[in-house]
Order: sequence, then C-alpha cells, then structure tokens
Amino acid sequence: MENDKNNIIQELTQGDYKYGFVTDIETETSPIGLSEDTVRYISAKKNEPEFMLEFRLKAYRHWLTLTEPTWAHLHHPPIDYQNIIFYAAPKKQQTLNSLDEVDPELLKTFNKLGISLEEQKLFSGVAVDAVVDSISVKTTFKETLSEKGIIFCSYSEAVKEHPDLVKKYMGSVVPYTDNFFAALNSAVFSDGSFCYIPPGVRCPIELSTYFRINAANSGQFERTLIIADEGSYVSYMEGCTAPMRDENQLHAAIVEIIAHDNAEVKYSTVQNWYPGNKNGDGGIYNFVTKRGFCKGHNSKISWTQVETGSAITWKYPSLILKGDNSVGEFYSVAVTNNYQQADTGTKMIHLGKNTKSTVISKGISAGKSNNSYRGLIKVSKNAINSRNYTQCDSLLLGDKCGAHTFPYIETNNKSSIVEHEATTSKISEDQLFYCLQRGIDNESAISLIVNGYAKEVLNKLPMEFAVEAQKLLSISLEGSVG
Amino acid sequence: MLQIKHLRVSINQKEILKDFNLEVKAGEVHAIMGPNGTGKSTLASVIAGRDIFEVTEGEILYKGKNLLDLPPETRAREGIFLGFQYPVEIPGVSMANFMKTAVNEIRKYKGLEPIGGADFLKLMEEKKKLVEIQSKLNNRSVNEGFSGGEKKKNEIFQMAMLNPTLSILDETDSGLDIDALRIVANGVNKLRTKDNATVVITHYQRLLDYIVPDFVHVMYDGKIVKSGDKHLAIELEEKGYDWIKQELEANASI
Ligand SMILES: Nc1ncnc2c1ncn2[C@@H]1O[C@H](COP(=O)(O)OP(=O)(O)OP(=O)(O)O)[C@@H](O)[C@H]1O
Ligand SMILES: [Mg+2]
Repeated sequence: MENDKNNIIQELTQGDYKYGFVTDIETETSPIGLSEDTVRYISAKKNEPEFMLEFRLKAYRHWLTLTEPTWAHLHHPPIDYQNIIFYAAPKKQQTLNSLDEVDPELLKTFNKLGISLEEQKLFSGVAVDAVVDSISVKTTFKETLSEKGIIFCSYSEAVKEHPDLVKKYMGSVVPYTDNFFAALNSAVFSDGSFCYIPPGVRCPIELSTYFRINAANSGQFERTLIIADEGSYVSYMEGCTAPMRDENQLHAAIVEIIAHDNAEVKYSTVQNWYPGNKNGDGGIYNFVTKRGFCKGHNSKISWTQVETGSAITWKYPSLILKGDNSVGEFYSVAVTNNYQQADTGTKMIHLGKNTKSTVISKGISAGKSNNSYRGLIKVSKNAINSRNYTQCDSLLLGDKCGAHTFPYIETNNKSSIVEHEATTSKISEDQLFYCLQRGIDNESAISLIVNGYAKEVLNKLPMEFAVEAQKLLSISLEGSVG
Repeated sequence: MLQIKHLRVSINQKEILKDFNLEVKAGEVHAIMGPNGTGKSTLASVIAGRDIFEVTEGEILYKGKNLLDLPPETRAREGIFLGFQYPVEIPGVSMANFMKTAVNEIRKYKGLEPIGGADFLKLMEEKKKLVEIQSKLNNRSVNEGFSGGEKKKNEIFQMAMLNPTLSILDETDSGLDIDALRIVANGVNKLRTKDNATVVITHYQRLLDYIVPDFVHVMYDGKIVKSGDKHLAIELEEKGYDWIKQELEANASI
C-alpha cells in the first residue's frame, strides 16, 4: 500500500515540482504536504472570497490541534499528511483515444453492469464526442431546474453566485470542529455539489451528481451542501455504480443536509471506489462525515447507502432530529470482500418531541474482510414520545471474515421507546444447494441470496440506482466462495 | 436413463447406502418406499450431487454419462430435478426471479437465448395452472411463509417450469390434504412423457393410486430389498414393514 502511494505521489510530483507551483492549468498542483500556505494557495487558486479563506484557515488551525481517531475497528498504516498533494485541480483525467486502451478488467465490469458504450467511455476517461457528452442533457436538465428556482451547481460556483446561502449553512451541520477528517476537509476541500430547493417546491427529477459538470472529478476532499426549504422535497443521488478510477488514496468528504419545516430529503449513495486488489494492496481510504439536520417540524431525511468499494470505509451518516415530529431513516448495505474493512453505521440524535428514526443495516462480509456496524441512538430529555427501531443484520460468507456490531443507546426520558434487533447469519448450505439443484451456479446463487437478503434496503433506492446496485453486489462478491 | 450400480455412501464415517442398485428407463415411474432413516433422501441427494455425502464405492450412470463427475448445477441442467422433502426458504428472492434465473441458466447451457419477459410470465401462468397454485406466487419469496402443502406444490410447479428428464420426488405427498394430493399427482401425470422418468419416494400407498408406478421398491437399511409392481405397495400397506424384516431375517437364517 505504501508503495502504491509513493508511486502515485511520484507520478503527481515528477516534472515541474522542483520549480514550485506548476503553471500549466491542466496539471496544476499545490506543493506537497499541508501548511497554512497550502490552504491559502487553494483558496487563491479558486478565487474565493475572503470568508472562505477565513473558514479554511480556522479549520486548518483547529486540525493542527487534533489527532487521527483510533476508535474505529479499522487497521491501516499511518497516513502521512505531509506526503499528500492536497490540491490538483482542475485535474483532468488522462484522455484515452478509444476503449481499446482501457483496462480489460474494467470493461468486463462495465459490461456486467450493463453500462452503455458511451457511458463506459465517459467513466473510463475516453474522449467522447460532443453529441454524446452529456452537455445537452445537462443543459435541459439545468433549465428544468432553474424554472422552479432550484439551485444545483458546484460548490465553487455556489460560493461565487450564492455566497449568502453558503455563509449561512456551510459548517452549520458539520462544523470544522466536528472531527479530525471534517477539519481536514474544511481546510482543503476542492469542490463538490450545492443544492437548494426553494419553499414548497418538489424537485421533479432525481438530482444526480452524474449530471453535474465536473462531478466525476471533484477530487478527494469533496463537500456537499443540500438545503431543503420549507415544504420542499428532493431526492439526491450521489456517486455511480461504475467503478471509479481515482489515484488519490485518501478521501475525506463532508455532506451536510438541512431540512426545514415539512421538508423532505432522500439521499442515496452508491459507493464503489477502488477496493484494492485481492491481496489487499492499494485501494481508497474513505473517511466521510455525513450529517443531516431535521431542523423544522415534520421534516424528514433519509440516508440510503450501498457501500461496496474502498479499502477502508469510515462513515456514519447521521441525523439530528430537532424539529418536533421529524423523521430520520438510515438504510444501509455494506459489502466487504478480500481485505476490505468497513466501519459504518449511523447516529440518530433525537432532540424534538415525537421524533422517529428507523435504522436498517445489512452487513455482508466475505473473504478476509471485516465489517462493523456502529450506531448511536441518543434520545434527549425533551424528546418525549420518541421512537427508534434498529435492525442490524450481518451475513457471513465463509469463515475468515468478521462481522461486528457496536450499538450505543442513550435514552433520557421515559416516554420514548428504543428497540434494537441484531442477527448474524451465515449463507446456508441448504439454500445454496437448493439453487444449484435448479441449475443455478454457485456465483449466481450467492448473488441471488445476497440480493434477497439486502432487498429491504435496495428497495429504498431510486429505480435508476436499484438495478445497477443489485448487479454491483454480485460483482463485489465474485470469487468470494470457492 | 439412470443406472445405479453397487453404490455405497457414507456421511461422517457412517455408511448409509450399502450396495444400492437401481435401473430406471425412459418413460418409467418408480416408487421407493421404506422405513424412516433407511436412506431414501440420502439417495436422492446423492443423485442430485450434494457434496456432504461421500460415495465410497459404485457408480451412477445417467444418459450413459458418469453422473458422479458432474457438479450439481450441471446435473440439474442435464435434466435432473429433485423435489425436496424439506424445501428451503430464500428470503427476499421472488419466485419469479428465482425461476427466471433457473430457466435462463438451463437455456444458456443448451445454447438458447434467455427467455423474454413476456414469454416467461406466460410460462409461469401456464405452469401455475397445472398445480392450481395461487396467482400471487410470482412476487412471493421462495418458500418463505409457505404452508407445508404450498411448499410441496411449489416443488411440482418448479418441476413443471424446468421440464426435467429425471425427476426424483422426495415425499412430495406428505403434508398434502386430499385435494392437494390429487392436484399434485395430476400435475405429475400431465408432465409424464415417454422420454422422461420419475422416481417417487413415499410412505403412502395412496399416492400410488394417482401416480401409478411401473415398479415399487422397498428400501431397508441402505438398499433395495424387494421389488415388484404396484401390488407390492398394497401388500406393504396391509402387512407393514415387519413383514419385510421377517422375510429378511428368515432369508438370513437359511
Ligand atoms: N447430514 C447428515 N448428517 C448425519 N447423518 C445424516 C445426515 N443426513 C442423513 N443422515 C442419516 O442418514 C440416515 C438416512 O437418512 P435419510 O434422510 O436418507 O432417510 P430417509 O429414508 O429419507 O428417512 P425419512 O423417511 O424419515 O425421510 C439417517 O440415519 C440419518 O440420520
Ligand atoms: Mg427422507
């Protein structure tokens, strides 16, 4: 893993590095390592207003006082933050001339996922001609949205075009003081998505990062801010099911969601970053802070995630249920295979009266992987008549993998009910044999059974995602049972 | 079609099938009867390819091929169907999805294109009628929450969907009410052709009134100890297994 990292760093730094800043816009990178100068450099490069630089600097100075958390059930060599390039944008993917130049393994996966040839080109960095480059799609898409007053743009654009909204909400759900990786992200984040839904508006389409220009390359420190104003609704999809090529090993993203009175936000993620090879070499370290704030009464936020990628996943999409009668949901499928490690779960913080939360977590471990669920349910004194239901299931494939559950429950009033159910099961030989006897081979049988097991969660995904997510589960588990 | 010769099978060092012999030809129906624990289900599992059993001696030929060399899914694709004594539940996997996967795997094996959605649904409807199964079946998870009788009907439904050459029905009649028994037996009869064969494992002569066997075999302690035609089943019903045991003991003492 160290080797890989060094190679990447070499690749990124070779050439003009000794002259300091590189001037060619295509390959522009900050000097290696992190200092106050790096932060200033990033802000300057992005032409940011003063308030952004201040925010970044405060975050950076706070980060200096922190140490990397060690409580998660994860093991990895120490990350050398002085050996990372924090800004390499607008980094263009290397352009290939045709699909013939793409890694055949990647193409196989694309085909299994049923991704169209044109999309395959897009994902793997092959030059696409103007007609199929989704520019035109994006334009009609943008028009539809702006008619309704919906803002959906890159974070950088929002900083320039809608500074008041950014100033008001950025860091209001995940302050830079929240944790080590949140502070890091706040100091150096490169770009991300911004979305605002005006009062009473129901967003007519699923908002997908796929449609946002530059979405594929927001870099390793991505930031998302979604604001649903009173009575509005939006369904937001992050990521895509295609395997994501990325040379950055460390990812530390932040997602903030705010739901005002009677607003609803559905946030769906399919995370399929490079998990490393069969021997556990390489792969992305994914340290994400995602939090939603049900600020208004009757507001609702739900997280649905399918996590199949990354060597390490550290991720707890959480919700603060402040508004009375607000509702929080967390539906998760996390698959780990080979040497992958996932420590994921959620936090539901009940503050308002009659608040309700549901947590359904399905962990699937194969190979020599480790899969942990970590969940906190906290019901404050004033959150009377609140309810939580948590169901946390683990499925083991083989006997070299691990599943762990770390539930934390804190109830501070008597009228609330918190329920927790947990099961651990192995894929049953009888089920497998039943499938085999019907002519279905081992791999398809596992895929059927696993998809069935995860169905409750997969059903929560928007249609566009669900079908591909199913295929993705199968692909992730390929070769997991001999 | 099927020849089992001198088959010996063990599990955990315990021998269950002891010099088992059987020949089944195309177009025939064989019934196997015998007391609990004599190895009837074991036989069925070994034919289907369950790997927890160890074949220590003997061979099984199917369509002239050495069956024991084939993995279970290939046996299924070659037309071997096992109606399970205890069908398992697969939560979250709809019957439609399960059957479509199975049908298409078998088609692929035969070099055929996958079946189209509309054709598949038509096939489902047609076969459901055969076993008079309720119409909601498509979206229900495989066997999940099915009553005992429904599970058995579902096995015959799957048999109809997959159109096997050799079907082994392990106590498909147990747990069925009288009407269901008739329905299931009718279903099996309708699927009968001169090119396929059926082995029914049962404890009750009653089933054989509906599915009339060409041969009846009595199995005891891991092998067939008596064979005859349908009258053997009637005799067995009257006299019970003690009759067989006594006969065996008498033979042994000679
Ligand atoms: N997985 C197993 N592990 C250990 N013993 C087994 C296993 N499967 C079967 N046996 C044993 O093998 C013997 C034969 O079992 P089998 O299920 O084949 O009997 P059967 O003739 O089908 O009985 P029944 O009429 O009750 O269905 C029994 O003694 C049983 O306990
Ligand atoms: Mg049996």
